[in-house]
Amino acid sequence: MSGWIDIGALDEIPVQGARVVKTARGCIAVFRPCAESAFALDDKCPHKAGPLSQGIVHGNAVTCPLHNWVISLETGLAQGADEGMVKTYPLRVAGGRLLLSLADCAKREAA
Amino acid sequence: MPQKLVIIGNGMAPGRALERLFESAPGAYDVTIFNAEPRVNYDRIMLSPVLSGEKSFEEIVIHGDGWYVKHGVMLYKGVPVTKIDTAAKQVFGTNGISAEYDKLIIATGSVPIIIPVPGHKLAGVLTYRDLDDVQAMLLAAKARGKAVVIGGGLLGLEAAAGLAEQGMDVTVLHLAPTLMERQLDPTAGALLAAELESRGIRVITNANTKEILGEGRVRGVLLADGTELPADLVVMAVGIRPNSALAKEAGLPVNRGIVVDAQMRSADPDVFALGECAEVMGQTYGLVAPLYEMANVLAAQLAGDVEACFTPTATATKLKVTGINLFSAGDFADGPDRQEIVLRDASRGIYKRLVIKDDRIIGVVLYGDTADGAWFFDLLKKKEDISELRETLIFGPAYIGGANADPMAAVAALPPEAEICGCNGVCKGKITGAIEGGLKSLDDVRAHTKASASCGSCTGLVEQLLKLTLGDDYNPTAVQPMCGCTHLGHDDVRRLIVAKELKSIPVLMQALEWKSSAGCAKCRPALNYYLLATWPGEYKDDSQSRFINERVHANIQKDGTYSVVPRMWGGMTSAKELRAIADVVEKFAIPAVKVTGGQRIDMLGVKKENLPAVWADLNAAGMVSGHAYGKALRTVKTCVGTDWCRFGTQDSTGLGMKIEKFMWGSWTPAKVKMAVSGCPRNCSEATCKDVGVICVDSGYDIHFAGAAGLDIKGTELLGHVETEDEAIVVIAALVQMYREQGRYLERIYKWAKRVGIGTVRAQVMDDAGRRRELYERFVFSQKFSQDDPWAERVKGRDAHEFAAMKDLSVLEGAR
Repeated sequence: MSGWIDIGALDEIPVQGARVVKTARGCIAVFRPCAESAFALDDKCPHKAGPLSQGIVHGNAVTCPLHNWVISLETGLAQGADEGMVKTYPLRVAGGRLLLSLADCAKREAA
Repeated sequence: MPQKLVIIGNGMAPGRALERLFESAPGAYDVTIFNAEPRVNYDRIMLSPVLSGEKSFEEIVIHGDGWYVKHGVMLYKGVPVTKIDTAAKQVFGTNGISAEYDKLIIATGSVPIIIPVPGHKLAGVLTYRDLDDVQAMLLAAKARGKAVVIGGGLLGLEAAAGLAEQGMDVTVLHLAPTLMERQLDPTAGALLAAELESRGIRVITNANTKEILGEGRVRGVLLADGTELPADLVVMAVGIRPNSALAKEAGLPVNRGIVVDAQMRSADPDVFALGECAEVMGQTYGLVAPLYEMANVLAAQLAGDVEACFTPTATATKLKVTGINLFSAGDFADGPDRQEIVLRDASRGIYKRLVIKDDRIIGVVLYGDTADGAWFFDLLKKKEDISELRETLIFGPAYIGGANADPMAAVAALPPEAEICGCNGVCKGKITGAIEGGLKSLDDVRAHTKASASCGSCTGLVEQLLKLTLGDDYNPTAVQPMCGCTHLGHDDVRRLIVAKELKSIPVLMQALEWKSSAGCAKCRPALNYYLLATWPGEYKDDSQSRFINERVHANIQKDGTYSVVPRMWGGMTSAKELRAIADVVEKFAIPAVKVTGGQRIDMLGVKKENLPAVWADLNAAGMVSGHAYGKALRTVKTCVGTDWCRFGTQDSTGLGMKIEKFMWGSWTPAKVKMAVSGCPRNCSEATCKDVGVICVDSGYDIHFAGAAGLDIKGTELLGHVETEDEAIVVIAALVQMYREQGRYLERIYKWAKRVGIGTVRAQVMDDAGRRRELYERFVFSQKFSQDDPWAERVKGRDAHEFAAMKDLSVLEGAR
């Protein structure tokens, strides 16, 4: 198995918006900061587990709706003075479709 | 070898003299200061803003401890001098501290005059002179009792306004027939009295205090006419007299103040006097401008400039009470050889009067609009012949040579020697010269020229000079930028949206040179609101720039679930609505139901994907979105009024429902909470709301600018109207003014404090034309805002918001 799962079309997410994908281990937030790019992160702020998918997306970052932590969509790292990290997932855009990989977590679980 | 300079007193005048001395003759003196007050040099003019709570003590410090260290000054704090020995050239303080001098400056200031009526020594009788007095007043004000201020001059009125701002019930007693009779003519005095009365400060003129009543502690004031006023605090502010006792004991000549020549030198050539305690050429002074002039002269003398001498100049007066604009200068008594030019605009509360003698301005009184004060004052000081300007003189410099709409014209028209900063005696030429020398910001100008560094009332003029001199290079750093994405402040952005007709966020960011590609979570919601409020019907709301609550029309909770609050008009509900709510709670297993502070029912813990279904059921029972999540009209709380209450004077419930049905859906800079009470018992707590109505027999008192959150603040009275329809028009106009001027997230009380309660009242209550325009703009914007956002989403709008993109949990489970 290639490990890439089709989770839907890029256009199903509004620009500067996010949607969630449900998994057995919790929700993954899929962000679309601009027309062409998308990122996948755990939908969980490292601060108080706020749902990042509900935050305001600006540049390649999102501001958590609960206490305004700013998280980088590229690295998952908290920005500014805050310290913390959100798990990121490999995500590809191919032919307008979004392909998500959960392979590395599956591996870790198997080990 | 430096000489020993000793200074008795550490007020503003010796502070200024030292600054000048250190500039012109660094290292020439070893300085020792004896300060009776246990602190550093601070801006005494700004005590009134400290009393009213607008500034903290730290903000009015002129020289911090570091300044004394840097200049090697020995400052004894809290050490009054008890004796000067001019023969031995030595001064003695308390605690056995003494110092020898080569030169001595006496700057002991003044002491407040105490009227020696019976009871003047009771506890609770204060004066208004230094920070200790202010702190004592603030302490007394905590009990929110009654205060009587004796004296309706500058200090007394600033004390009264400050105490009223702190929540006290204040009465001002004034011996003369009108307030501030030395600075204002009777008309302006009466306007001022009316303005103070409208702020709840009682003014009694021709009031002769006979006795202060109380046993051990003050309980009231008795007037000569037999009137007895209850009081928990009495402030005496009837004047000051020079504090010259020390000099007199030392054998120096003293009249009213310590006698000095134009070089500030007393009879002893090594002893100088400076400030309020000094009597120069038979005259003593109390305003800061001449005192600073004395300081300059004395510093020059000490630095070796024997030519420097003090020349008295006319001084202008301003009252530092937020929202009251008042300016006076010169002589404005009537006389057979004098003419006057008067302009009145009752609806805007403006009164301007120029007194002319021999084609020259000799007196200026401005009330309500003081923008042209500097220009008139300059003409007065220069004794300019105004016969050719006479026709349009009263309209100010903007009208000279034809109408000119440019607001900067007035400042541009000023000659270089026109005084801009009265406190520090800084003229226009000095400021523009310094700006041309490389200054870029207001803070720079303050640091280098002192202009607008004392009372701050000329800040606007200084900023205009920066703009005039620097043109587009002027970045007003005094303005707090909206966020890190721009150097522009909220007000500038709002103005530019209109001026440049910016109608979308990307266009705005391009035109205003945003520093980030897509803004941030601070600026985007603000911009979205500004565009929405400015271009109703044209601007397309950008939901991705809204905070989640406004995007999904529910309140996010700490666990990521949402709370749902349906609208209950005026707090009224019914069996049908309650039944529908009960059904929804059971059907969706909603874990918590609560009654809110705004008379609504809150269902907490709703899962996001269930929101549309919950709303569909509530809609079916006739309920719509309650906007408990929005920067918008939240709730109109009411009492039962004449429907049920035996005290009700009007149909408060009905009016509350009408207001809510008229105004719901309107977006505002921050949340707006309202209430209508059916009588002054005020059961709906209208006097701590953003907008509150108190019904009375004769109609409706409309209040605004209250707060009961982070800050607690009673409302201000906006005005009285007789009918429900008028009340609704006034409230809509008020909210529209706030919608157009408020900064994003700035509640009404903060906005009102910033622009001035009087300004709001003038536009919304006093100016019928302006009120109508505001009202009509509100009505127009409502055309686009009253679609129930819940019903729209039940029909399918923004469906992506409420459903997961994909559910992989099943897939993984099967694997």
